[in-house]
Amino acid sequence: MTSVRISDDALALACGADAVAAAFAAAGCTVERVSSWGMHWLEPLVEIGGMGFGPATPEDVATILSGRSAKAIGRIAEHPFIARQQRLTFARAGKTRPLSPEDYTASGGWAALERARSMAPTQVVAEVTRSGLRGRGGAGFPAGIKWQTVLSAAGSRKYVVCNADEGDSGTFADRMLMEGDPFQLIEGMAIAAHAVGAAQGYIYLRSEYPHAIRKLNAAIALAEAQIAPFRIEVRVGAGAYVCGEETSLLNSIEGKRGEVRAKPPLPALEGLFGCPTVVNNVLTLAAIPHILSEGGASRYDNLGIDRSRGTMPIQLAGNIRHGGLFETAFGITLNELVYEIGGGTASGRPVKAAQVGGPLGAYIHPRQFDQPFDYEAFAQADGLIGHGGVVVFDDTANMGALARFAFQFCAAESCGKCTPCRIGSVRGVELIDRIRGSAPVADPVTALPQMHNARKSAPSRAEDLTLLEDLCETMQYGSLCALGGFTPYPVRSALKHWPEDFA
Amino acid sequence: MTRAERIAEICAAHAALEGPLLPILHTVQAEFGCVDAEAEQVIAHELNFSRAEVHGVVSFYHDFLPEADPRPFIELCRAEACQARGVEALVAPAEAAAGDRVKLKAVYCLGLCSVGPAARVGETLHARLDASTLVKLVESA
Repeated sequence: MTSVRISDDALALACGADAVAAAFAAAGCTVERVSSWGMHWLEPLVEIGGMGFGPATPEDVATILSGRSAKAIGRIAEHPFIARQQRLTFARAGKTRPLSPEDYTASGGWAALERARSMAPTQVVAEVTRSGLRGRGGAGFPAGIKWQTVLSAAGSRKYVVCNADEGDSGTFADRMLMEGDPFQLIEGMAIAAHAVGAAQGYIYLRSEYPHAIRKLNAAIALAEAQIAPFRIEVRVGAGAYVCGEETSLLNSIEGKRGEVRAKPPLPALEGLFGCPTVVNNVLTLAAIPHILSEGGASRYDNLGIDRSRGTMPIQLAGNIRHGGLFETAFGITLNELVYEIGGGTASGRPVKAAQVGGPLGAYIHPRQFDQPFDYEAFAQADGLIGHGGVVVFDDTANMGALARFAFQFCAAESCGKCTPCRIGSVRGVELIDRIRGSAPVADPVTALPQMHNARKSAPSRAEDLTLLEDLCETMQYGSLCALGGFTPYPVRSALKHWPEDFA
Repeated sequence: MTRAERIAEICAAHAALEGPLLPILHTVQAEFGCVDAEAEQVIAHELNFSRAEVHGVVSFYHDFLPEADPRPFIELCRAEACQARGVEALVAPAEAAAGDRVKLKAVYCLGLCSVGPAARVGETLHARLDASTLVKLVESA
């Protein structure tokens, strides 16, 4: 009987994987549901004896089984998209059944936890520090230093919190990891708990990811004995983007409004319920089992450039022909990612821009595509790599409209705690509307009788642009968290590179 | 059992959790389709909070509705990646097909950013939508 492997990742399901799997089962095949390889333009991807076929539909079953399918892509592991990657965090992608403890153990699972538990907590933290691993959620803070702070903090009760509130558009690596290799995340959290002395862990997961919620809950139940006495509980978010910010996430777990807390105190010292808390992103914690394997820390540190060490799971999304998950060492350029690996736009039109780092990341012009993927290089160019999402736009995109959307999104999702974000974002939408409008209009507020000192003439375009620059600066330096603080990035970059879209 | 008794029972079932409010609100929302003023009052009483505290939390999060909406729901992703793949052009035909019968709600990211435009109906996901497949989805909702 032919054995067929098809992913049960949410993205494969959205593309119709269940119907394809049912059709293969009806044709007498044994169907195994595995994680996704991350070649999303080929989903649902069917694997038979290492050979791939995609994107498959139920109608393709007969031709695939007869070996005459035009959708054959050859050996999956040798496909250029896969062969060019350096997969550490996603080493199991496409290869194992997500909820099979046997598959996980057979592919090296739990060895790192066992090794870590034979070591003193300070040694574990030292290895994480030596690996050069930095927080993959966006801020890029060295993980080892954060863990050391929690380890040294006084307190009988400590927590490990996994930030799985992956709200950025253009990112799906957390989702793929949680759905495809949930045990790896659990193992990473258990190692973190041993390193800092925590007994309880929480995974804060957004409600938009019901498949990931189910898989993680099932995986936690299966791994209970392995990680004991450490316990993990999944907490489900409730549709607030700002809860991806670590302090508002902690408030949300505590059952409060997801408002940002002022720092200091750092969560590492006063985090969840006021106790020392490690808050790390899914990808950070999932990288830990590799780092804690024998010799893993130095292997990790040997990859990457400058202060960005190891690998980054990059997500190619938006209007791109070959979208999906591409894990590679830092230092790769956007030219390689967008053109060579991604194959340009899906629409076939010229690339206009790429937004890197989610809704708060800068829009990057193709002439800057030669800069390396690296925390510092992007910061220097007034951008951020954030969570590693790359969203490609073709020449039909209007950057003025996207800049307006950035403010609008910030206004809708602002937690309201700080003024620059709460009011600045609303003012930003109004200002961009005024700049993009054909005729200059006076601010209605200035026409009120109380505003007798305000001038009555409409501001010129140049004055509005100066005001926009002022507003961006106020938000960037005056906001409490990255939502208000980084919204100026997409706005300023759009205005800088595509001023014609603001006419 | 009255509705208030059932909500009190939900609160009791979550009593062992640290910070039980969000899990309670999710359960109430799933069971009754909303977290209304009466529910807030019962929860506040059970957890020994003020009603203002509970209302502050309920009104902060998009997932909790002040009143139940009996219409079928379709969540259409309208974030940047789906915009790059042309979702904005689908909104007008989808809204026309939805009318007052179906609730078409914008969401910001379903994590299907490489195969958008994407939508969610309950737990079923749909990707690579165009105007005709989305309209069909709305009509069959």
